[in-house]
Amino acid sequence: MTLDLEPNLSDPDGFYEALLKAHEGLSDKESVELNARLVLVLANQIGDPATLAAAIEAAK
Amino acid sequence: MTFQDRYPVALRLYPYRRSGDQDAATPVRHPVVIAGGGPTGLAAALDLGRKGHPVVVLDDHEGVGLGSRAICFSKRTLEIAHRLGPGPGLLEEGVIWQKGRVFRDRDEIYSFDLLPEEGHRYPAFINLSQVQFEKFLFEAIEHARAEGVEIEIRGGNRVDAIEATPDGTRIEVMTPEGAYNLEADWLIACDGARSPLRNMLGLGFKGRVFEDNFLIADVRMTADFPTERWFWFEPWFRSGDSALLHKQPDDIWRIDFQIGWDIDRDKELKEENILARVDAMLGEGVKYELVWSSIYTFQCRRMEKFRHGRVLFAGDSAHQVSPYGARGANSGVQDAENLAWKLDFVLRGLAPESFLDSYDAERIQAADENILNSTRSTDFLTPKSEISRTFRDAVLTLAARHSFARPLVNSGRLSVPCTYDGLPGFGPDMLGQPARSRPGAPAPDAPVDDRYLLDLLEGEFTLLGLGIEVPKETQVDGISVAGLALNDVSIGDMLRERYLGEASSAAYLIRPDQHVAARWREFDLDGVQMSVRNAVGKGDE
Repeated sequence: MTLDLEPNLSDPDGFYEALLKAHEGLSDKESVELNARLVLVLANQIGDPATLAAAIEAAK
Repeated sequence: MTFQDRYPVALRLYPYRRSGDQDAATPVRHPVVIAGGGPTGLAAALDLGRKGHPVVVLDDHEGVGLGSRAICFSKRTLEIAHRLGPGPGLLEEGVIWQKGRVFRDRDEIYSFDLLPEEGHRYPAFINLSQVQFEKFLFEAIEHARAEGVEIEIRGGNRVDAIEATPDGTRIEVMTPEGAYNLEADWLIACDGARSPLRNMLGLGFKGRVFEDNFLIADVRMTADFPTERWFWFEPWFRSGDSALLHKQPDDIWRIDFQIGWDIDRDKELKEENILARVDAMLGEGVKYELVWSSIYTFQCRRMEKFRHGRVLFAGDSAHQVSPYGARGANSGVQDAENLAWKLDFVLRGLAPESFLDSYDAERIQAADENILNSTRSTDFLTPKSEISRTFRDAVLTLAARHSFARPLVNSGRLSVPCTYDGLPGFGPDMLGQPARSRPGAPAPDAPVDDRYLLDLLEGEFTLLGLGIEVPKETQVDGISVAGLALNDVSIGDMLRERYLGEASSAAYLIRPDQHVAARWREFDLDGVQMSVRNAVGKGDE
């Protein structure tokens, strides 16, 4: 599996709205914690170590 | 109340003239009265007038208000305008554009191309000032009047009070020469976002106000910027948190600056302060002239219902969205078109009054779609919390590096007409594909011989036969359905792709507003009759 940096979200605006909604009403600390958990959940979905390493590089 | 303009008038197209109604002993009754002579009111008047109904338009001003306001008119609006007359003139006058660029600071991070699909009479968008758009509609009304269409625009006529009667509305009108009363079987309220009529009926207008202000300026300059939509996040010239530059005809450029929530409105509107922001954007030595400016906030809200008995709300009076999506004037014109044919059918006794509830259902679905898109864009432009801003900035940073993040950049999603999915009055869909021309969808244009398909749909129900014969005319409870059979010679690749897909033949029932009502593989008389009844609110009979 290689890291996909081409558009892949079928509903980008809907996803973005859902993401912001998840953070609504949270304190800054709570938001950071939510983001951390979300990253871990998504990482598990990807699974492949090489892809995850590439994703970390892409985000830096 | 004295008579006073609420805004300056750019073109005094319909100066106040005394009407015979003002000297009548008892209030004169009219089948259709429209309050408001903006894009929505004029489009509704023109459509209903051309369908044979006398229409009176009441406007408290004597012409078109100053300022461009709406500048971006969509393909669907142009198609409607084509049916009503002014389409070709609008296309000739307007600026056609298709490319947009999004910058952050100095860097281009994203560009889009509306990629006009071949085989449509009209492009995706043209830019034109609202003043010009309204003038075209007004001229089309004058033209129609010369041919005997009964549309009367009464300038300097302000609605001061309305009262519902069992079969209509009594309207108190103020003029520079004093008050008079008239009555309407049907009253269409196209009186704008601050709708006095909505307030008179005590009806709500719920939604969100976004905590930000936008300074809007039209400048005249001869510049060689391309005909593209340029949008900056955090622009290097610091004239606002975001900025927009977009071309209109006659060397007019629309500029928007996002200037924050806590501002001194009067100070920001001072000419020297506006010029300072524009100077920073355009750079030293660029000569320009400030034509018009204003400050506005973004709001997304709508009425709970657009139909209130015999009073119907359309355009901004019924729903308001933030700009940057071309969803205001365009949705108003689409409201007008949706309402005009339905009210025509009710006035002609071809559909029950309850049929007008479908105007409510369909245009509320369209308004909600517009509000959803507009809210998402505004949430991106105006992050409402620290974390929203963090995500926004992350998207912008990644978008400059990786294409995956670009679809997340939202500087406005430009409007496409609503497909009325899941609403009563449509179906069946016995063809199953192509998806874009399913029941509820606006019929896509396509070339037919040396013309266009939408030219051939002439404002009545049409039964389109593709590769099959259909009767020249079908009568369904007094409703005339025009037959339009196209054989393989006339069916080009684009028509085939948009209407047939994998099928070799099809029959489409298309409503007077050019939305697909139902479709089949073969001509089915019983099916057509049932679908026509269903489409005019008589499905249960």
